[in-house]
Amino acid sequence: MSEVVLEVRGVTKSYGDRPVLRGIDLAVREHGAIALIGASGSGKSTLLRCVDLLEDIDDGDVLLDGAVITDPSVDPIEVRRRLGMVFQAFNLFPHLTVLENLVLGPVRAHGVSREEAADRARELLTRFGLGGREDDYPDRLSGGQQQRVAIARALATRPRALLLDEITSALDPELVGEILQLVADLKGEGLTMLVATHEMGFAREVADEVCFLHDGAIVERGEPEHMFGAPEHPETQRFLRRLLDAGRL
Amino acid sequence: MDGRRRGRAGAALSTSRQEVRAAARQRRARRGTAISVLSSVVVLGGLAALVLTSPGWDDVRQTFFSWSDFKDSFPDVLKGFWLDVKLFVIVEVVVLILGLFIALVRTTRSPALFPFRLIAAVYSDIFRGIPTILMVYLVGFGVLALNLNGVPTDPLVLGGAALAVAYSAYVAEVFRSGIDSVHPTQMAGALALGLTRVQALRHVVVPQAVRRVVPPLLNDFIALQKDVALVSILGPAEAFRVAQIEASSNFVYTPLVAAAVLYLCVTIPMARYVDHIQNRKRRERGGEVAL
Repeated sequence: MSEVVLEVRGVTKSYGDRPVLRGIDLAVREHGAIALIGASGSGKSTLLRCVDLLEDIDDGDVLLDGAVITDPSVDPIEVRRRLGMVFQAFNLFPHLTVLENLVLGPVRAHGVSREEAADRARELLTRFGLGGREDDYPDRLSGGQQQRVAIARALATRPRALLLDEITSALDPELVGEILQLVADLKGEGLTMLVATHEMGFAREVADEVCFLHDGAIVERGEPEHMFGAPEHPETQRFLRRLLDAGRL
Repeated sequence: MDGRRRGRAGAALSTSRQEVRAAARQRRARRGTAISVLSSVVVLGGLAALVLTSPGWDDVRQTFFSWSDFKDSFPDVLKGFWLDVKLFVIVEVVVLILGLFIALVRTTRSPALFPFRLIAAVYSDIFRGIPTILMVYLVGFGVLALNLNGVPTDPLVLGGAALAVAYSAYVAEVFRSGIDSVHPTQMAGALALGLTRVQALRHVVVPQAVRRVVPPLLNDFIALQKDVALVSILGPAEAFRVAQIEASSNFVYTPLVAAAVLYLCVTIPMARYVDHIQNRKRRERGGEVAL
């Protein structure tokens, strides 16, 4: 079996006295993908933000390539340089062109030369069907194009693992497909991913393992066929039934 | 057959209705223009009549609006005004740098920088709270009286310093509100790329903040361009000072009007420019794709 890239061990977190994560355990193996599903507020996004050290955890550990990264002595900037994150609202920089959005990280955080970073950026953009849009500002692009730029930006720094936080939630339904296909392709190329999603198609197509979060805890986990075909936990069953009723499954 | 005839009748009907609507729109537009012209004539004419028929108008015209006095005093006042222009250009540059610096100090998080945050906060509070004219007195006469070595004694420098201190406190708050208005997701996006907090501020947050605060900044500069007249208290022969001297030596106020005209020559274009960029921003926001 391939080695574990990202590991979460007993992670807890509260906002004030409201617990949002109650002891999360999971391990993403190299070239693998885990999908986190669950209702809004179940803790999926918080977990991803904790893994990228954008939030502090209360207890437990997160490990990257076997080393604890949540220890206070670890430099969070150095950790974030090894991870890539894509956000629900894209978080593109509106005052920078598409190319500048992609070049900023490699040049400033990794000391790559501007020419080399621009070459890599153009290569990624062409691959994602955005050739010729390098000099446009993000607000000239459609939502789907903006999200593709955001994914390209996260990949520009060649991350060890990619964290995807609800990346299709802000998109019009007809644009979701192109993003799903793109992420499925990346998975096919061996990228390691931890994905929070509302899109069950996403979880089914891309994930090796699906974790269902309820109230800050993983109440059920398994392979996609099991989770979507024969879920055992009553909360999982209820959640999937609600999606089915809403026509989203 | 029947249906086609009805269709044609419908088409004819809709054309005539279109014409009726267009005519009504035109009538409404004409009536609107007529009303605004009439109302302007009544209001502005009334105000003019009020001033021109006032008992003292003849005296006022002679002391404030004498064309020959205006021509006589204008060259000297203009020479003084160049001093104002030089002064406010230099002070504006200093204010921009100092204001941004104070705003950045106030956004730091590090515990080691706490005393600097405290100083910056107290600085903004105190110097925004003191009337600018008092600042000019305090710095102009107070600092001079300290007899400190190396501190300039030129009243122009001291007056400029007083204005720079007062206005940088305002401008720091303008920059700070701009920095606060950049959504935290932008900072998260920058940090996720592996940038340090300082790099994220430098390359992502501050450039967006500065763009957003250009109109309020320019408004503060309009105020500053008038307030340079306060430096006259300390003695330099700037426009207001020159006009004041000429006015009191000839017992006429027209030189002061000449000075007022010169101040307007720089503040009105600036005000129009602020309006222009605000309108452009509004239009851009109107056509903005959700980000």
